[in-house]
Amino acid sequence: MIDQSIASLAKKLRDKEISSVELTQDYLARIKQYDGQLNSYITITEEIALAQAEAADKQLAQGAASPLTGLPIAHKDLFCTDGILTTCASKMLHNFVPPYESTVTGRMLASGTVTLGKTNMDEFAMGSSNEKSYYGAVKNPWNLDKVPGGSSGGSAAAVAAGLCVAATGTDTGGSIRQPASFCGITGLKPTYGRVSRFGMIAYASSLDQAGPMARSAEDCAHILQSIAGFDANDSTSAEVDTEDYTANLDAPLTGLTIGLPKEYFGDGLNNDVASAIQEAVKEFEKLGATVKDISLPNLNLSIPSYYVIAPSEASSNLSRFDGVRYGYRCEEPKDLMDMYKRSRGEAFGKEVQKRIMVGTYALSEGYYDAYYLKAQRIRRLIKEDFVKAFEEVDVIMGPVAPTTAFGIGAKTDDPIAMYLEDIYTLSVNLAGIPAMSVPAGFADGMPVGLQIMGNYFSEAKLLNVAHKFQQATDWHTKNPSLVEGA
Amino acid sequence: MNWEVVIGLEIHAQLSTQSKLFSGAARSFGAEPNTNTTLVDLGMPGALPVFNKEALRMAVMFGHAVNAEIGMTSVFARKNYFYPDLPKGYQTSQMDHPIVGKGHLDITLEDGTVKRVGITRAHLEEDAGKSLHEDFHGMTGIDLNRSSTPLLEIVSEPDMRSAKEAVAYVKMIHSIITYLGISDGNMAEGNMRCDINISLRPKGQTEYGTRTEIKNVNSFRFIERAIYTEIERQADILEDGGKIVQETRLYDPDKDETRSMRSKEDANDYRYFPCPDLLPIELTQEYVDQIASNLPELPTQKAERFMSEYKLSEYDAGVLSASRAMADYFEEVAKVAGNAKLAANWVMGELSKYLNTEGKDITESPVSATALGELLVRIEDNTINGKTAKSVFQAMWEGEGSADQIIDAKGLKQVTDTGAIESMIQGVLDANPDQVEQFRASDEDKQKKMIGFFMGQVMKASQGKANPGVVTPILNKLLKG
Repeated sequence: MIDQSIASLAKKLRDKEISSVELTQDYLARIKQYDGQLNSYITITEEIALAQAEAADKQLAQGAASPLTGLPIAHKDLFCTDGILTTCASKMLHNFVPPYESTVTGRMLASGTVTLGKTNMDEFAMGSSNEKSYYGAVKNPWNLDKVPGGSSGGSAAAVAAGLCVAATGTDTGGSIRQPASFCGITGLKPTYGRVSRFGMIAYASSLDQAGPMARSAEDCAHILQSIAGFDANDSTSAEVDTEDYTANLDAPLTGLTIGLPKEYFGDGLNNDVASAIQEAVKEFEKLGATVKDISLPNLNLSIPSYYVIAPSEASSNLSRFDGVRYGYRCEEPKDLMDMYKRSRGEAFGKEVQKRIMVGTYALSEGYYDAYYLKAQRIRRLIKEDFVKAFEEVDVIMGPVAPTTAFGIGAKTDDPIAMYLEDIYTLSVNLAGIPAMSVPAGFADGMPVGLQIMGNYFSEAKLLNVAHKFQQATDWHTKNPSLVEGA
Repeated sequence: MNWEVVIGLEIHAQLSTQSKLFSGAARSFGAEPNTNTTLVDLGMPGALPVFNKEALRMAVMFGHAVNAEIGMTSVFARKNYFYPDLPKGYQTSQMDHPIVGKGHLDITLEDGTVKRVGITRAHLEEDAGKSLHEDFHGMTGIDLNRSSTPLLEIVSEPDMRSAKEAVAYVKMIHSIITYLGISDGNMAEGNMRCDINISLRPKGQTEYGTRTEIKNVNSFRFIERAIYTEIERQADILEDGGKIVQETRLYDPDKDETRSMRSKEDANDYRYFPCPDLLPIELTQEYVDQIASNLPELPTQKAERFMSEYKLSEYDAGVLSASRAMADYFEEVAKVAGNAKLAANWVMGELSKYLNTEGKDITESPVSATALGELLVRIEDNTINGKTAKSVFQAMWEGEGSADQIIDAKGLKQVTDTGAIESMIQGVLDANPDQVEQFRASDEDKQKKMIGFFMGQVMKASQGKANPGVVTPILNKLLKG
């Protein structure tokens, strides 16, 4: 069953080959069977899921179904879900039950999806390995000794292991694409503003963007169709019309110009990853695309720029977690200052505390110009690099990450090595453009992700490019041995 | 030493929008704690602000009213600090790009001189909630009803040189924002609050002395007293050879003293940065111009019109245009009475006297402008004289009815029948033969002084109803024999 696409499952549901309740029970059983090893879920909402499945079956019986009706999915645990624990994988929110629904989860519910639960992640979406969760590390289904990537590691692992049909993720510096790459699934980070941030617990507001994580580009298109579009509750959501994201998936790629930035193929890129990407590019040439060498000269500046801007915004965004109104409050505070210090000191993990401190420092009087303003200037340069590149090419391709999934604990003592993991993904967030990770082979038995970057609001084009590749290759259909035979 | 005081003011005016600055919750006063709140005002995880365009329009109106540059691109910034009634851990305000830039306004001082005060800027920001310290047994209660209500912070140049100037400036700002209808300006309810920056320097010195800031003063009277108190405190320190510490102080009206709240060393580093949840506000010239052309008449314009249209003195025009409610009241009285000067005298005289005695605002007057106008009509048409009118007014104030009802009920209609008046005067002269004889023996100057006595006697005899205009010529004729 886990090999099925959204389209084929939807057909089976409509044809009454299977009911949503049966499908949901299958997935719940799989979660019980496998998630003890993977730890991809923080909360499993069995009762809610079965109730939603029953409702979906009624809708299906009435013939009023959307392509997503009755499909069991999972949400990253930073989308507020009305009445369902939402932790951000932090002790700070270990008891937080939101009184409202985020726009993303609300739109998915309106499309008739069944919520299996909330997936694990790096605490407050800060991390590239999913080792920084209050609820413990997530394991990569392809090799339980390896990380699944982060911060949407729980969603990626759950999709790869067939513990949900698809999942939502968020991407601030690569948090959809890198775990998608590490777990061999397809992930899309839309254009900044394409998907509403309302109800999404903020890490870095000017970079955060929600998107789908699924087994194929086609599945991603169905999810994006549900969640994309202007939302009056989010002032930064774009008043740009959505497209029919499945309509042109099969459009031929003849005449497509692919840019290959030389900076994405330099030092630090693992040789096996490089070959997998080059093979994938050849596949596109077979499909009629032409390749052009380009340059994104400021790529190296994306790491320092990102690691000033994101922590700066985070230091402010996370100020609301003060023990006053919700979430964790320390025992027996002596006074107000003691309450602030101990509540935050006891409930935020080390990585979160580090980024709050870095951001607080960068915004301080006397340092603001040297750090924050300079980082914003670099951000403009990075954006201009992309704008210039898209005058010559339709899409840009390269690796998602310099390596495949690394070992659990391998980089926890080396934060710089961990931050370098994000070198190919950060600039996309800084520029605000959309990008995908698409399975493109294996290196040492672990999946390799091809990154496809597009111009602003070109999601339909990206999905078309990725879909054509998936029609020609079978990398996205491979399953980890852990779950094979399911 | 002869000290010169230097004062600059920051005024926070709550804008009278329907809903809050960044949420759809109602902006209201006195509701049950935490009932006028949304996810945004509560600082819920994942909640996002949505900017209220009504506040923008009001800020631009104010900018026009003080002849200011309008920020065609203005940016919201976060002011970061921790406080229990600040639910997000930051206040959304404006820093580098305020909606209103440099401007100025003119204030009229008591001696009639006009002084120009510079406006540095005015920006939009959200208010915090309130901490409640009573009834919580050593704990603090938080009420977030006020959280995210819109404030316009109006910053002046350090142009004021006395407490009187400062108060005149605050009154002018109050007058402007209430004229524009963008704020209730109700200081008792805290929807207009004032921070006073104050320093002393030896007269003739050009550089400023070290300043202190007195926070959150909320009445005209307290502003004046806080300044006097702080001048005295600073002068004492300086004259003893001491140094002023730059700090934030609080004014305690009960003790009439200011005391230290926090020094500069303890001051927060607010780590301002542009708010990534809100886009910069971009204005079009058309939008700005359209607001300018629909601006209501402002206090200074109204005073000028009162002088030209109603021939009022500069002083009277100034008093009557000080508040929009006062000006509207006066104009209605003048319209009904048909005599602006008489209307001005009554509004500034009798009406103000009653209002002051009972501590009422003109909007709370039990005598409406139309009712007062109708009373003045009866003076104009000689139904009653001015003196009688005052007693009629008192009855109207006490709710006994309209002017005509009271005049009828009490039989106060003036006697204008010359025959009746002549016999009444003759009666008075007959009763006072000595005074008549004395009058006739006096020179003209003395006679002028004595006529008042006879006039009084006649009015007394007529129970105040004799028309003085009719009495005077007859009295003169009969007295001279």
